[in-house]
Amino acid sequence: MEIKVLGPGCAKCHQTEDVVREAVADAGIAADIEKVTDMMKIAGYGVLSTPAVVVNGEVKSLGKVPKKQEVLEWLK
Amino acid sequence: MNNANNTACCCPTDATATRTTPQMEEPTPPSLVKYVAGVVALIAAWWLIYSQLQPFAGFFTRTLSRWTGFSPEGHLGSAVTFFVFETPKVLMLLTLVVFGVGLVRSFFTPERTRAILAGKRESIGNVLAALLGIVTPFCSCSAVPLFLGFVTTGVPLGVTFSFLISAPMVNEIAVVLLYGLFGWKIAAIYMSTGLVIAMVAGWVIGRLKMERHLEEWVYQIQAGKVEVEASTQDWVGRIRYGFEAVRDIVGKVWLYVVLGIAVGAGIHGYVPEGLMASFMGKSAWWSVPASVLIGIPMYSNAAGIIPIVQALLEKGAALGTVLAFMMSVIALSLPEAIILRKVLKPRLIATFIGVVGAGILLVGYIFNYFV
Repeated sequence: MEIKVLGPGCAKCHQTEDVVREAVADAGIAADIEKVTDMMKIAGYGVLSTPAVVVNGEVKSLGKVPKKQEVLEWLK
Repeated sequence: MNNANNTACCCPTDATATRTTPQMEEPTPPSLVKYVAGVVALIAAWWLIYSQLQPFAGFFTRTLSRWTGFSPEGHLGSAVTFFVFETPKVLMLLTLVVFGVGLVRSFFTPERTRAILAGKRESIGNVLAALLGIVTPFCSCSAVPLFLGFVTTGVPLGVTFSFLISAPMVNEIAVVLLYGLFGWKIAAIYMSTGLVIAMVAGWVIGRLKMERHLEEWVYQIQAGKVEVEASTQDWVGRIRYGFEAVRDIVGKVWLYVVLGIAVGAGIHGYVPEGLMASFMGKSAWWSVPASVLIGIPMYSNAAGIIPIVQALLEKGAALGTVLAFMMSVIALSLPEAIILRKVLKPRLIATFIGVVGAGILLVGYIFNYFV
């Protein structure tokens, strides 16, 4: 599974990354988690508000820190 | 960009509760009734406390002066009264309005705003963009992706700028503080002139055909489109969104408000009447451009600057000068320019600052000489 956290590096982006890492650890699955800070790549996803989370190429959340529950749902 | 939106990223959680999990959809009508009842009870409590603030501040200062022996009319007394009354008043107003605006914002997302603006003609687009800037959740850390998302999907450059100028400048925090400290007239003046500047400055930038002053890579982006499902938010979600906005925004700006009011209280109590008149008054024509220039590198949000500005006004500064200073501090800032430098070439940044600065200057002079 491939998870990308998009965000230029504001506080909320770091929180989002932490939540995603925690959720992945809880779910006990193998996943590549990548933090994307490059504006060009972020824009390439068509994302207007950061932080955003992309799971297997699909944008799951925009402009907010997701709850761990939500992330766990996406991992199923 | 600024305002509530400050150096740190400040967007409250987004309205696009994209694909909510089943657990979260659970709360059904009974829970909505509970939420609405809760909100009504809180608003009632709010009114009750709010109406008691003035008597309480008077009582507090009298009691304090009895114990410590300073005069309530003296320097310290008037500073303390100002602080004890204004702080809770402004914080309470802020909480209420941030909640209300949060409810309104739950209907808007940047994606939806883009969909509305894409393909609009320039003049109408500028007007719409400035208006949407008020209600669309926006945060400084998202300025670049938002900018890219707009211009690469057919929103004209000038229209994008109208949005980017209006979003930080005309925001609920500025309007609440202005209303609370100056009354509704000045709040309305600020809001409408701010909107006009955003519309006109964006339109001018569009006329100047500055498209080639974007960084080249902007045009190489093949922006994927995130399909925007109609926000399926129910009312429980909206009310929660409002509470989260309060927690996020009030939690972030309360300290600026308190500090701003403290400085304002100091000016209120200690600075002699009319002192500001000589260098911030109507007769000093150079005070308007000076305020704009000083305001550009200064970076504060509305919350911190407005209480200070109120005290200045009281001591004889002219309204236009003060408005110009405030707008310049809030709408034009160095950190914003640095963020936007990633996508804009220096010429376009200079044009942006120049056009908005000129607009602010004009507002300053109009209010100093014609109002």
